[in-house]
Amino acid sequence: MNTAASNSKHSLPGPDDITRVELPNGITVLSRAASSSQTVVISGYVRAGALSDPDEKLGLADFTAAALMRGTERRSFSEIYDALESSGASLGISAGVHTTSFHGKALGEDLDLLLQLLFEALSQPVFPPQQVERLRSQILTGLAIRAQDTGEMASLAFDRIVFAGHPYGRPQDGLPETVSRITREDLVAFHRSSFGPKGMVIAVVGAVDPGQAVEKVAAVLGSWENPDQDEPPALPPVRELNGTVEEKVTLPGKSQADIILGALGPERRSADYMAASLGNNILGQFGMMGRIGQSVREKAGLAYYASSSLAAGLGPGVWYVSAGVDPANVPRAIDLIRAEIRRFVSEKVSPEELQDSQENYIGRLPLSLESNAGVASALVKLERYQLGLDYYRNYEQMVRSVTPEDILETARRYLDPDRLAVAIAGP
Amino acid sequence: MSDAITRIHLSNGLLVLLKEIHTAPIISHWIWYRVGSRNEIPGYTGISHWVEHMQFKGTPQFPAGVLDREISRQGGYWNAFTHLDWTTYFETLPVDKIDLALRLEADRMTNSLFTEEDVASERTVIISERQGNENEPLFRLSEEVQAAAFRVSPYHHEVIGDMVDLYHIQRDDLYQHYRRYYVPNNAVLAVAGDFDTPAMLERIRKLYEPIPAGEVPPSPNRPEPEQNGERRVTVEGPGDTTYVQVSYHAPAASDPDFYPYTVLDSLLTGPNNLNLFGGGISNKTSRLYEALVDRELAVSISGGLQATIDPFLHTILTIPHPQRSPDEVLAALDEEILRLHQEQPSPDDLARAVKQARALFAYGSESITNQAYWLGFSEMFASYDWFLTYLDNLAAVTPEDIQRVAQKYLRPQNRVVGIYRPVENGAVPE
Repeated sequence: MNTAASNSKHSLPGPDDITRVELPNGITVLSRAASSSQTVVISGYVRAGALSDPDEKLGLADFTAAALMRGTERRSFSEIYDALESSGASLGISAGVHTTSFHGKALGEDLDLLLQLLFEALSQPVFPPQQVERLRSQILTGLAIRAQDTGEMASLAFDRIVFAGHPYGRPQDGLPETVSRITREDLVAFHRSSFGPKGMVIAVVGAVDPGQAVEKVAAVLGSWENPDQDEPPALPPVRELNGTVEEKVTLPGKSQADIILGALGPERRSADYMAASLGNNILGQFGMMGRIGQSVREKAGLAYYASSSLAAGLGPGVWYVSAGVDPANVPRAIDLIRAEIRRFVSEKVSPEELQDSQENYIGRLPLSLESNAGVASALVKLERYQLGLDYYRNYEQMVRSVTPEDILETARRYLDPDRLAVAIAGP
Repeated sequence: MSDAITRIHLSNGLLVLLKEIHTAPIISHWIWYRVGSRNEIPGYTGISHWVEHMQFKGTPQFPAGVLDREISRQGGYWNAFTHLDWTTYFETLPVDKIDLALRLEADRMTNSLFTEEDVASERTVIISERQGNENEPLFRLSEEVQAAAFRVSPYHHEVIGDMVDLYHIQRDDLYQHYRRYYVPNNAVLAVAGDFDTPAMLERIRKLYEPIPAGEVPPSPNRPEPEQNGERRVTVEGPGDTTYVQVSYHAPAASDPDFYPYTVLDSLLTGPNNLNLFGGGISNKTSRLYEALVDRELAVSISGGLQATIDPFLHTILTIPHPQRSPDEVLAALDEEILRLHQEQPSPDDLARAVKQARALFAYGSESITNQAYWLGFSEMFASYDWFLTYLDNLAAVTPEDIQRVAQKYLRPQNRVVGIYRPVENGAVPE
């Protein structure tokens, strides 16, 4: 098959084909050509997140983000969605811990509309009182559904243990009592102090020339200013666990229990990240969920899913194993998982295992960049973690340079089978 | 983008569809078998899905572990799905690695082992999968609605199967099901991506043509009799949230009514996304969103229609506002449906639905995997022409068609209303 020709046509993103422009008001615009596409994707974030939520008003950033498209100075809720949906376009805005992210897509001809709606939602929301109350009911229903979800409840309990006393340990979508307390004035005030062009990043990928994409973003968002925009809050330090801490959340009437075991992990920008990531792939991702899948699912037949994850962001991350098992098998599954973690921090992974995961990482990169959404997300990631425009070009070399020794040392820095956060949610 | 494809039958009856796409160095390979929960009988529900699981347990040439290791080493992704009418396996790989998928799928069409030991460990995995589903109120509700809607048709049961059958099915049952349905003349091979058609076809012939044709399994023939009166089911379970599911018997995908019904569904709850990859869009200007959510009778609304061989269900799902009852929600829903019976929608409403469908098609075509999916999926209930003419057929729908289809299908006598009622502490009476 015509491999050689193909590879030369489709190189990985790099400094020579990524357009990156900083607008005078602080917005960073990224773009890359995708000539064959009929559609366009926008993706990015503003520097407003749940980290600023007061304890008694947890969920404020989440509520604010959800309310941005409920009415702006120029358009009502129904006018906003009529414009979007009539074009077959979509735009969503949601809060994370550090940032509020947006994702939109449209046919190429509707990019201007998408940018205009994004601008209005981010900079001119009016938070109509009736819409705020309607949204509150929807959020509260979402929280009631969450309270019945064994996976979500185990995850919240895990965060409470591993991030005890740290803002990361709080549920970013809030609690029923805190969401009930948030007023429209809180939304207005949070928006005024946190939303602004400083630190905003936007990637535009698809049926638009990158130069034009930058011009269009500048024309719509280039005049946005907010002199009241706060600096992001500082992140307090985290504390490591002294021993294993377990929490069980009881949900009567459920058929299955979800379990999560783990500890703190590296930040995304940490020098440990690549070794931890490849190690995690061996532990509980590669093929059918790595060693964990092999032990818990394939050999013991205990779970439909059992895998490990490394969640690394701007601050400290988490490294954990999760599984859904028959409530009667919880202790057995925990024993098997703990044994795999013990092996993982006791002996080096084999050169074959490491090579498998290295090949997997290198081979899947072009697949992840197949769609406009994949490229946009890759560009935003470069900016969020300051990885450098040559990151994807250097990626193979970075992946290949990790050794079994690196993985063992890194694993030992983060994982200890006798000092784990263990969260269980089930009947 | 060109729509030119190659569609031929090999001498053993295997239908092959190929589509060259040269936008990324990727190939996606799908093998489809005409077997799903529709082909199952009581006592053996869930067997098709279980066979799908066993297909990952290895052959002499590709023992378990070797299989997924080989694909993953190439950076590929792969998965399998079992549904009402079909079971499918796909691999998406960098262009120079696709031969692995071709060899693997040709091999496991006939050579999977199904050892007793693997059957035993997979039994508990699948039971765990079902328990995970049972944790979800919406699974519990939809399972009961589906069972109430189909008394005769094999669409009666969920794809995962009933728990009692998951305990009862044995190794030989699974193996016989596999040998009976996994024959080339009951399969469709679809490949899309960065290849050259003559070379790809030659390779496919070499690998797949030696597999002998089998006896084509008979198609189940237990059509559901017409429903004559609304059916209601209630499911009680843990939680604080009430769910209401309203399901109407809907036309099969090959029925001409399917197109106007698709537009009708789009008007009611937003555009139906038939893509497997590539998300949909919001539905906040749909009629039922305005009638239920904007009026604060409900906090969410969604709906959809599936493309199936036999008539299946058009489902509307809503969560009543905490201060409202399911009956208030149903009354408002019926008001909107009555409006569709009485008034034809405007041509603008129709044009909008068609533009939305066009946009969803464009999003779906961004992914080579999704394009390969359509090549085979459309053959499961119609043919690839169905996909090619889909947008034109939607554009040809008239306001009169919408009204006629609303009157024909959206009747209380033709529906099942299901209500999930939360009970204190999840204390479901045993």
